[in-house]
Amino acid sequence: MGYIAARGGTTAIINAEQLVEYLRLQGGSTPLELIQIRDQLRHAVGRAMNEGALYAPMLAALAVKQAEGDSIEASFLLRAYRSTLSRIMPTLPISGEAMRCMRRISASFKDIPGGQMLGPSQDYQIRLLNNLIASETAESVTAVLAAYEQLVDAGMSADGAIGHFPKVADYMRQQQMIAPLPAEPDTSEPYDITRTAISFPCPRSARLQSLSQGDTGCLLTYAYSSVRGYGDAHPTLAELRFGYLPIQVAHPLTGEAITIGEISATECEIVSKAHSVAAKQSTPRFNLGYGFTFGHGEVKAISMAILDSVLTQAKAKGLSGESGPAANEEFVLLHSDGIEASGFTAHYKLPHYVTFEADLKVLDRAREHTTTQSQSRLQEIATRTQEASA
Amino acid sequence: MSTTPEQLYNFGFIDEDSKREVRRQILKAIALPGHQVPFASRDLPIARGWGTGGLQITMAIIDADDTLKVIDQGDDESVNAVNLRRLLQRTTGVTTTVDTTAASIIQTRHRIPEEPMRRDQILVLQVPMVDPLRWVEPNLERATIMHGESDYGRMWVYMYESVVKAGDLRIATQYPVIVAGRYMMDTTPIPRWDVMRLHNAEALFLFGAGREKRIYAVPPYTTIEPLQFEDFRFKTEFVAGQICARCGAQDTFLTSHFVVDSDHADGGHWRSSCSDTSFCDKRVLVNATTQEAPQ
Repeated sequence: MGYIAARGGTTAIINAEQLVEYLRLQGGSTPLELIQIRDQLRHAVGRAMNEGALYAPMLAALAVKQAEGDSIEASFLLRAYRSTLSRIMPTLPISGEAMRCMRRISASFKDIPGGQMLGPSQDYQIRLLNNLIASETAESVTAVLAAYEQLVDAGMSADGAIGHFPKVADYMRQQQMIAPLPAEPDTSEPYDITRTAISFPCPRSARLQSLSQGDTGCLLTYAYSSVRGYGDAHPTLAELRFGYLPIQVAHPLTGEAITIGEISATECEIVSKAHSVAAKQSTPRFNLGYGFTFGHGEVKAISMAILDSVLTQAKAKGLSGESGPAANEEFVLLHSDGIEASGFTAHYKLPHYVTFEADLKVLDRAREHTTTQSQSRLQEIATRTQEASA
Repeated sequence: MSTTPEQLYNFGFIDEDSKREVRRQILKAIALPGHQVPFASRDLPIARGWGTGGLQITMAIIDADDTLKVIDQGDDESVNAVNLRRLLQRTTGVTTTVDTTAASIIQTRHRIPEEPMRRDQILVLQVPMVDPLRWVEPNLERATIMHGESDYGRMWVYMYESVVKAGDLRIATQYPVIVAGRYMMDTTPIPRWDVMRLHNAEALFLFGAGREKRIYAVPPYTTIEPLQFEDFRFKTEFVAGQICARCGAQDTFLTSHFVVDSDHADGGHWRSSCSDTSFCDKRVLVNATTQEAPQ
């Protein structure tokens, strides 16, 4: 089955699919159940949902399984599926304050109203491979669940949520450390890049939507470049929270807010000292950057918040020193979508016979040109030598 | 080769050859105060950026009879400090302490302890940003040449511009200094309050950056000059009249935090106290015994 058969290659395509299936199952191990993926590969599922921009844990589990763990491929599958769904209505704006938090921390202050809650975090785990996980059994799972059930009996919530907490950013606003919220909340419908192509300059809602479905690795790289040296970010984490967020829509007839469910989400706010030198700002204040992901995506939420802050700075011309590539909104937003980037990068596998043929012609002409030029130069030298000796 | 309470791991986690390499680079760093010495930073079971440079220095120099103190933000009980201490304790079995005066090695993030350190003590600082020139020249190759030629003009311009634009030198922590009249050095994110405590000190200061793979040092009795102008002097965070709400100290670095208190409408109130908790606790104890507690 030759690859050259880009025409009439149906058999090749079918065989390729069969081979992929065979490679996935060749070990003969028990097939993964979606529920196992959803529960035990929580981060893979979360990443597929936030980059695929569709909150659907079981479908994301299917995507992860089908993509054999490739994160971009899994989010690609979900993003494509999203196109089959009609957009019914936007949800009502929601504040992170409504989150039933499992975790909320601040790096700005030692103790904060409501307290620091470490929650489910691997941050302080010493990263040693844990052999016990390799040999988990039904009994060991039962033991872990029973231990947690005892905590639940003692008053702990069954889903790990501790409760609602005030926002650190609100305290910072009270203290005039950061800019106040606009007096009138913006009730206009946010820009939706799935309905209107993004154009520049773009509103902040377009930026945030674009970043929130961006590739984790890419946002991480841009944010890191800005904090490491090719930029002027200097962030401090005001607050990072993870938990369950209720989602509301307006009733189509009465306009009343109706809660339609809860999602698992991560929210991050960072303050950046960059704003303190912003031009035209009457009182210098820190600038606030916002990050949000479906599921538990802390590194992505922090990266997004850093980039939001850096881009706000760049627009306000408040940066000093090196601004770097992460301060270029077009550059960041147009290259951070993992699905677009991987699709285009992979497209070089497609046949390019026609374009390559055309390139060859140009190459030939360049060669001819060089040959003609050197020949005529040689001729010129020969003529001059003859004239000189004459 | 020494073994540890956990037989699987070498004393101090990393292997002896790697430790020796770190020690060689430490010696070079001491011989060239303020100069950034590259070292082959090993991977640790702690994430990059969470103190792996400081850890590798501590792991390379620690001995079974050392007494170790680990702080983060000046606090022994901060989760990160607890975590790093736990790793070092588990892999070395050394005695740990919270008392600055009792420690032979102190590993720290963001602070120098308030109590002056002695000549028999070493302070290991965890460094996120190694190069002060990063502010003006992110390219390492060019920055290295600038250091080699003491070409610090662009940094002075940066400082000048920030004074004109923002009314202060914009670099709050990690303040740049000139060490022993030669190299410009980043002081890690210690607050400005701590910068001059590096100057002509008795103790040895070792700076480790794991992610950036650099070690540098300020040996005892070395001069430290913060970047400043004749008509715009270096200022610390100190505010006249500041006072610690716990121990009443008027000459320490304070941080603010929320205190739960049912008498207040918001369920509590904000207050400032010493970031060096061990020092603060000691003063609280003294105040209690001498009946001079401020509140």
